[in-house]
Amino acid sequence: MAGNGENPEIVFRGKNVSVKLRALPDSVPVRIMEVCGTHTMAVAKYGIKQLMPDTIKLISGPGCPVCVTPVEDIDQIIDLAAAGACIATFGDLMRVPGSFSTLSKERARGRDIRVVYSPLDALEIAARNPEIQVVFVGIGFETTAPAVALSIMHAKSRGIKNYSVLCLHKTMPQALRSLLDGGAGIDGFILPGHVCAITGIEPFEFLSKEYGIPGIVSGFEAKDIVESIGMIMKSLRYPKVDIQYRRAVKPWGNRQAQEVMEEVFETSDAVWRGLGLIKNSGLCIKKEWAEYDAKNRWSRWKRSPFAMKSGQVEGKDHKAENRQDSGTRQKSTQFYSKCKCGQVLTGTIEPFECPLFAKVCTPENPAGPCMVSLEGSCAAFYKYGTWKINVRRAHHG
Amino acid sequence: MDRIMLAHGGGGKAMEDLIKNIFLKSMGNEILNGMEDAAALNIEDVVPSLPDSGDCRLAFTTDSFIVKPAFFPGGDIGRLSVCGTVNDLLCRGALPLYMSASFIIEEGFEIKKLEKIAGSMAKTSREAGIKLVAGDTKVAEKGSVDGIFINTSGIGVIPPDINISIKNARPGDAVIISGTIGNHGMAVLSAREGLEFESPLKSDVAPLVEMVQNIISIKGAVKVLRDPTRGGVAEVLNEIASRSGVGIEVWEEKLPVDPAVLSACDMLGFDFLHLANEGKIIAVVAHEKAKDVLEAIKKSRYGEKAEIIGRVNNSGLVTLKTRFGTFRIIDRPFGELLPRIC
Repeated sequence: MAGNGENPEIVFRGKNVSVKLRALPDSVPVRIMEVCGTHTMAVAKYGIKQLMPDTIKLISGPGCPVCVTPVEDIDQIIDLAAAGACIATFGDLMRVPGSFSTLSKERARGRDIRVVYSPLDALEIAARNPEIQVVFVGIGFETTAPAVALSIMHAKSRGIKNYSVLCLHKTMPQALRSLLDGGAGIDGFILPGHVCAITGIEPFEFLSKEYGIPGIVSGFEAKDIVESIGMIMKSLRYPKVDIQYRRAVKPWGNRQAQEVMEEVFETSDAVWRGLGLIKNSGLCIKKEWAEYDAKNRWSRWKRSPFAMKSGQVEGKDHKAENRQDSGTRQKSTQFYSKCKCGQVLTGTIEPFECPLFAKVCTPENPAGPCMVSLEGSCAAFYKYGTWKINVRRAHHG
Repeated sequence: MDRIMLAHGGGGKAMEDLIKNIFLKSMGNEILNGMEDAAALNIEDVVPSLPDSGDCRLAFTTDSFIVKPAFFPGGDIGRLSVCGTVNDLLCRGALPLYMSASFIIEEGFEIKKLEKIAGSMAKTSREAGIKLVAGDTKVAEKGSVDGIFINTSGIGVIPPDINISIKNARPGDAVIISGTIGNHGMAVLSAREGLEFESPLKSDVAPLVEMVQNIISIKGAVKVLRDPTRGGVAEVLNEIASRSGVGIEVWEEKLPVDPAVLSACDMLGFDFLHLANEGKIIAVVAHEKAKDVLEAIKKSRYGEKAEIIGRVNNSGLVTLKTRFGTFRIIDRPFGELLPRIC
């Protein structure tokens, strides 16, 4: 199974999957990063790292939209719920810790927080309940953004006034650039199949053109991922951006979805949990659609979190509540500072090398971004217990 | 009058009419029809003429049901509330005998629906051979209950030579599942959320009396029986491993799953091992009897897709050997299943 530096070509084979790889000398491990939560999960679920020769190191990048959502954004959603909004969100977000609470906990406190499967479901809630203000939490990469844009367009055409979107969308290409500029030492990317189905490969072509690094758009089956790794290995010398997942991804992407996104959103800077501010790596709602922008709509509300920031809030209860919160907020920020997710996201360390991993930081009680969502690299590592099995193997020889 | 009113829970004429016209009409028997404060059960009936009836033990269990929606593809809350209690009794090796049912109904609930639920309870209890002998009805103000909640309790008798417990798994034992995994959880979820899939999913909710009686009659075979309801197969395997102080290795290739469940799971980011089942058992059986038990399950109603899915070991871990020959941990679900984004 493991590579032998003397062989120019090796075949690594699990049951039902095999691929021919051009082996490099053992001293030079090739670092391949995937940047999609579904890939992170698939790699862990299928145990693909166990199939890899020693010469290939698979790293999970910042591919989970929930994981890279900053604490402040979660706090903002919670504050919106406290201000009386009905929050409609994808389920992933429910357990993600802000600095002092989670949406799950807030729902148990009686806040109106609902899990939906699509922004169009959220729009339906608004249509059926004109007396409440529904805020959909727009989170995710280019995969989820088109449906969110569509929900805003539908809200306008149907005259639904009580619907708005808190836009926290992020886009992938600039994040990859930032990783490379930060010296993450990556030799190749497994590119996100779902994202590229929308964007096409053009936004990622800078990888090979400017950085000389191959990127392969991969599907999500074990075979897809293994085949993509093979394609990356083959194109190390003459790097290119190419598609393995041809059954779903066209080189030009999905034009219709792109148009919808361009109509409603424009590029903005965004803060990534664990990585910091990255220029042009986010989406915000265009001025023409400001009516449906939660940030815009709620800033007019007296008790809104956006108004609060500028210190205009009055009203006893809310103030007291916030004073109380601020102690906890500070405390947890200090606690998080021990978290090494930044290094996990850039592939500098493995999840189990973080001092908090599985001790203080677990899926039930996550301390850092990579543990908060099921698709985070620490969570996948924890869930599928690769580390436990490795420990056991080491014990039993 | 076609809806439940607060008066139906008030203990007067309206309530008596409801009990007679709905519950007794479909579920009535000589004990229930007496409408006493408590059912009087003859000891000889409880412990039927077994050779050493003195060594028999009673099994007693209770369970509450709050499924949403109350009617789902493949069943309803009535069938579920009988199967839940019956299958729990079976998992201790008991023969289910008597059960009670308590209804907490929301004001405004359609009486037609209640009739349907009562009818389905009656039918399922007949199928399971368990007698409904006690009941209670409460009506709660609109908004304080979501439609209808049902609690059922059941009594069964454990024959003298049966020793089935979650603590009994030992290295070398075989692990068997009685059929496809995750159908109930996914059927209810898709009914609740209005998700539509190419092939419709149906709940597996069923009473497994015949199946369990068939396998516990194989001497020295069955050590542990569990029904993988909430928390699914993953939870049960982990419970068995931890309570018996063993590990379990499961083989992915052997796990029976409907393709429809699998693709729905892929779409929503669920692990089918975490989905609830309401008509399945997991049996840990002595290695040398595994084939006999498998045969017996396959011959029983609801058991045709049974498989031997793994083996007990002493690793202390519940692991899955994947189709690719790699290993991973099967972890316990955290609680609420939440769909993911992409």
